Amino acid sequence: MALSTEAATPKSSPSNPLSRMWRDARIRAIILQVLTLVGVIAFFGWLVMNTAYNLSQRNMSAGFGFLDVSAGFGIGFTLVEYQEGDSYLRVFYVGILNTLLVAVVAIFLATVLGLIVGLARLSDNWLIGKIARCYVELLRNTPLLLQIIAWYFGVFNLLPRPKQSIELAEGFVLNNRGFYLPAPVPEAGFNIVLITFAAAVIFAIGLYRWSTVRLDKTGKAFPAISTGLAVIIGAPLAIHLALGAPLGWDIPVLKGFNFTGGTSVPPSFCALIVALSAYTSCFIAEIVRAGIQSVSKGQLEAAGALNLPPNWTLRRVVMPQALRVIIPPLISQYLNVTKNSSLAIAIGFPDLVSVWMNTSLNQSGRAIPIVAMTMAFYCLVSLSVSFVMNYYNKRALLKER
Amino acid sequence: MNIKLIASVGVALGLVVPTAGFAQATLATVKERGYMNCQVGLPTPGFYALADDGTWSGLDVDMCRGVSAAIFGDPDKLEFQSVTSAVRFTALASGESDMLSRTTTWTAVRDTQLGLDFTAINFYDGQGFVVPIDSGINSAMELDGATVCVVTGTTTELNLADFFRANDMSFTPVTNENVNVIVETYLGGGCDAYTNDKSGLAARRSAFPVPDEHKILPETVSKEPLGPVVRQGDDGWANLVRWVMYGIINAEELGVTQANVAEMAATPPNPNVARLLGAEGNIGEELGVSADFMVNVISAIGNYGEAYERHVGANTPIGIPREGSLNALWTQGGIVYAPPFR
Repeated sequence: MALSTEAATPKSSPSNPLSRMWRDARIRAIILQVLTLVGVIAFFGWLVMNTAYNLSQRNMSAGFGFLDVSAGFGIGFTLVEYQEGDSYLRVFYVGILNTLLVAVVAIFLATVLGLIVGLARLSDNWLIGKIARCYVELLRNTPLLLQIIAWYFGVFNLLPRPKQSIELAEGFVLNNRGFYLPAPVPEAGFNIVLITFAAAVIFAIGLYRWSTVRLDKTGKAFPAISTGLAVIIGAPLAIHLALGAPLGWDIPVLKGFNFTGGTSVPPSFCALIVALSAYTSCFIAEIVRAGIQSVSKGQLEAAGALNLPPNWTLRRVVMPQALRVIIPPLISQYLNVTKNSSLAIAIGFPDLVSVWMNTSLNQSGRAIPIVAMTMAFYCLVSLSVSFVMNYYNKRALLKER
Repeated sequence: MNIKLIASVGVALGLVVPTAGFAQATLATVKERGYMNCQVGLPTPGFYALADDGTWSGLDVDMCRGVSAAIFGDPDKLEFQSVTSAVRFTALASGESDMLSRTTTWTAVRDTQLGLDFTAINFYDGQGFVVPIDSGINSAMELDGATVCVVTGTTTELNLADFFRANDMSFTPVTNENVNVIVETYLGGGCDAYTNDKSGLAARRSAFPVPDEHKILPETVSKEPLGPVVRQGDDGWANLVRWVMYGIINAEELGVTQANVAEMAATPPNPNVARLLGAEGNIGEELGVSADFMVNVISAIGNYGEAYERHVGANTPIGIPREGSLNALWTQGGIVYAPPFR
């Protein structure tokens, strides 16, 4: 290649410094990269300028000045105090918290459900295996949006009205306005219980570290997980009871139109969570199954030959090797849950896309800043999730000795 | 990498083309294209209803048909765009629609900050609430603590919050951008009341499975002047839409109807009618259409009163009586008033 170029351009003599630089692969690479960089920057600069120009041509205002203007609309479900007179910035905050709540709850439920279904798929029991398979095939082969709408209109919107509510247990009420449950009201002394809990968690982590070190050194095992769990649950509970249970409960009661008091989530939240976690759990189930099946049979036979107890086989032999296969696709699923939560808009759950990119955009008309802020948020969340999961992935990688 | 090069690359990629299309006046673009893009909302009885055979009709649709008749002499040179409330202004401002006619409230913010121009008012409305009769509610003041269904991105949503705040009451909104979802939620009992402009409530109620099980509460909690909207910065186009609206109001005042317009045009009974129908003066030509454009408009959609009675009047399923309401002519106790056509 280099030879033919030289042959084709006899004019450029070796004494010409420019052509000499061009023939040096290292310098040529740098020049090309700089040119590409300039091109990319110029392209984005032009995009911004073009947008600003076209916006002003259409008499549409851009800029972030609207953020401290009063929004003036109500939001059906908020985690923080919000009033109709609050600013657009507050709406953004409310939307972010609602989106994160959906993402966290759905990721947790999808992981638990996915793990169970994934293990059920591997079951030797014919019925369990087939049920799990039907569950996976049915849910992952229909569109998520359809499932969300089906859960909302087909289930949660058809629940009885407030006066005929289903009372699951004392204070746990289900009707077509939402799911109502008692809210804890901390009384004097409850702080001590919380402090005990924090201390117990720290102790349990320390205990686990110590037992791992001891296992490596001496080969003697210590039941750190079960002991730790017992301490985490037992210690705060004992203090709680000793202090005379300093925690009240605010029970929801039917008053006027609906239940008041306690805490509640709207039907759209329930529908979204159920649909999102069920849908994602199918993919996680398949990922778990694939991960476990990737561990060669010889490993299990070796563990059996060493007479390891079954839970040790799973925890110390199968899982560490399966996790290498499981984690990377799992990261994608967690990112998908976060992004799919934006489908909440279809059933009116006030997540970020619904209250910010739809309602606020529409009420204020500031499309460009609002869309940019929304994109920045999703980008930031996805990058954070993948950063944390990549860190965990590095730790779970096969350690070759 | 100079600016010229970047610009020419941009042109080559076709990225600046939308800007070029904007320089031309909307009227010229529409004439060249041969039809007008008329933006309406999701089908709503009375204002923009969609028939089984795919044709649109209604009071707001008639505004578009009137403008089409004024330009082409044919009321059906229209391409209808049915979009949700949430994206209506973007669709208009970006040039996708030529005109928006869909029960849209004229407000200061919309008029000044969104690159839009409100032309005229074709319906004076106010916000109300509809509740199931068996709820026993008789006044909006009894709604404290209620769950209320509302379409997002509307002035209705803001008025709702204002009303409850002003009266020191609380409410839980159930929102969606799709009015059909909201109505479905209300009918399923997902909320205690559904709020909208009263015209919209009457229209929706007429399409409920059993309309008599629901009633509209007496309170009117806001003023909602509704009318057609165009892009800002094209005064000629705004004038045309505005004067088609004013023309049909003037026609009603002068007694020009769909039935007698041809006869009136041939032998105008007085100078006012002569000017309106183009026998005298050159108002039509100054607007960029034919001198007798109002003859075409009135033959197509009638005068304002006729259009009203045909789509939303007392004898339609919507049944909003005109007499004694704000939408009566100013000579009959209403506030429908147009500047003189001269």
